[in-house]
Amino acid sequence: MTSTLTISDLTKRFGDVAALAGVSLSVAPGERVALLGHNGAGKSTLMKIILGLIPMSSGKVTICDAAPGSAAARAAVAYLPENAAFHPALTGLEQTRHYLRLRGEDPGLAMGLMEKVGLGPAARRRIGTYSKGMRQRVGLAQALIGHPRLLVLDEPTSGLDPVSRREFYALLDELAAQGSSILLSSHALTEVEARTDRIVILSKGRLVAEGTLADLRRRADLPVTLHVTARNGCASDVAAQLPGAILVDGALHMTCPQSAKLETMGRIAALGPKVADLDVLPPSLEDLYAHFSQRGAP
Amino acid sequence: MTRILSTALTEFRIALRNRWVAIALVLMAVFSLVLSLAGSAPTGGLGIDRLSVAVASLTSLSVYLIPLLALLMSFDAIAGEAERGTLPLLLAYPIAREEILIGKLLAHLAILTLAVLLGHGIAAAVALWTDENALDGLPALARLSWSSVLLGATFLGAGYALSSLSRRPSGAAGLTIGLWLGLVVLYDLALLSAIVADNGGWFTIHAFPIALLANPADAFRLFNLTASGATAAAAGVGGAADAIPLWQSLTSVLLWPLAALAIAAAAFRKVTP
Ligand SMILES: Nc1ncnc2c1ncn2[C@@H]1O[C@H](COP(=O)(O)OP(=O)(O)OP(=O)(O)O)[C@@H](O)[C@H]1O
Ligand SMILES: [Mg+2]
Repeated sequence: MTSTLTISDLTKRFGDVAALAGVSLSVAPGERVALLGHNGAGKSTLMKIILGLIPMSSGKVTICDAAPGSAAARAAVAYLPENAAFHPALTGLEQTRHYLRLRGEDPGLAMGLMEKVGLGPAARRRIGTYSKGMRQRVGLAQALIGHPRLLVLDEPTSGLDPVSRREFYALLDELAAQGSSILLSSHALTEVEARTDRIVILSKGRLVAEGTLADLRRRADLPVTLHVTARNGCASDVAAQLPGAILVDGALHMTCPQSAKLETMGRIAALGPKVADLDVLPPSLEDLYAHFSQRGAP
Repeated sequence: MTRILSTALTEFRIALRNRWVAIALVLMAVFSLVLSLAGSAPTGGLGIDRLSVAVASLTSLSVYLIPLLALLMSFDAIAGEAERGTLPLLLAYPIAREEILIGKLLAHLAILTLAVLLGHGIAAAVALWTDENALDGLPALARLSWSSVLLGATFLGAGYALSSLSRRPSGAAGLTIGLWLGLVVLYDLALLSAIVADNGGWFTIHAFPIALLANPADAFRLFNLTASGATAAAAGVGGAADAIPLWQSLTSVLLWPLAALAIAAAAFRKVTP
């Protein structure tokens, strides 16, 4: 199957600032891709170019075989911009009906969409009375209109509480199962970890890493952290056997390379009854993320 | 078409809830009532009916009020969307920028038309009540009505253009007030002082008529006063209306809305969200 979104060698400059430099990426149908990167990394810029809202400096972008911003592309893509606050004088239902009509869909579907994003009881209230998360849900509701081939969501879960986030990702799973591709940006690494197929890390406008979480883990080869708890009175004994370990809150903390993990664990096990407990902590997504974005920095 | 109508309906609803509709209707109604009551004081045997007198004063009022209402409704049109962050979303939808503008224009124009019809209806009613000859003034009133709507369209277009250029509602508000002051108030003052200084020379004969036609507000006043032959009743810049043929001011009245909307479309096309 051909990919829904293909970006090759995309560059975007704002005067002297290179917001994006040589980014290439493709998203397959039904794939959920998370775009990570520090503030100003170029995530929103990339999305706006995909939508045809701002021109690119060089490179090529195709969405379902169409150019960004073309009628075919606009019909196929749904978008949720960052910090969208809808008109306070309209109700959520009216706003959603308007967006349905703009897409040539039946405005009668609005109530169903409102319920889908959990705004059913508030649908007839003015958006001016909504909380931040509720406004964000109006944005999500409009992104679900029709059967978009590609959803471009800029920080969709900002302002949502943890339960709503779960519900939101469940909605995305449903869409992805129907073949919609999803490109979303986020600063919340833990939720992205469980809920997306692939991670793309941008740093200063350059794509510094791309792959599944397992891929990235393997490639980064970050040290594993081990926490060893010694039995009463044996702490100094154990510490002597484990060079490099430091005592923190009664437990010995040490790190070792990924490749030496089993060997190190073996050495600890050999200490026998002196050791009460052993915890192995794989590198967190935050560690991975920091690793790749620092590597990308010049 | 659905997209334009949906945009118009949504904008109309917003204007209704933001009290713009109420403000426009009340302003036009109150001023029309006051002016037509004042106009129905004894006319001193001038030989013109009371409605025609009211039309002359309504014309002077509309020159100020219609542009003001139009600018107040339009300054937020693009800048407001930009500030709320909904502009990029709207532009990502399958709707052309021209369609967005036309939709907003339809809603705002409908409100202006309602206000004009209400105000002029009241004026006609009051005049007919007090003077049976007032029927003679109806054509002049009808002319004032449609030219007021066109004047409104011109300033709506100007408002959309400034809204696109400034990108911030506060900036757009400042620009539109500046435009209103400049075109409606200061322009005439500058022309008058130039005429006084010129003392019947080249400027008064050649530049002044063109300067009047070039300003949509002045052309509107000129057109209505010339057409109803009421130039005698008007003071100031309007008093110079005799010298300019009707077709010229009519052309200006008809062309300005198109020009203003073309400028608005061009300015909006330049906006990158
Ligand atoms: N219109 C613009 N004019 C000039 N520079 C811009 C413009 N838009 C974005 N930039 C610059 O491009 C870079 C990327 O910005 P972008 O908004 O894409 O970042 P981001 O990854 O979305 O950040 P955040 O996580 O804070 O949302 C920044 O350096 C920003 O200053
Ligand atoms: Mg951003």
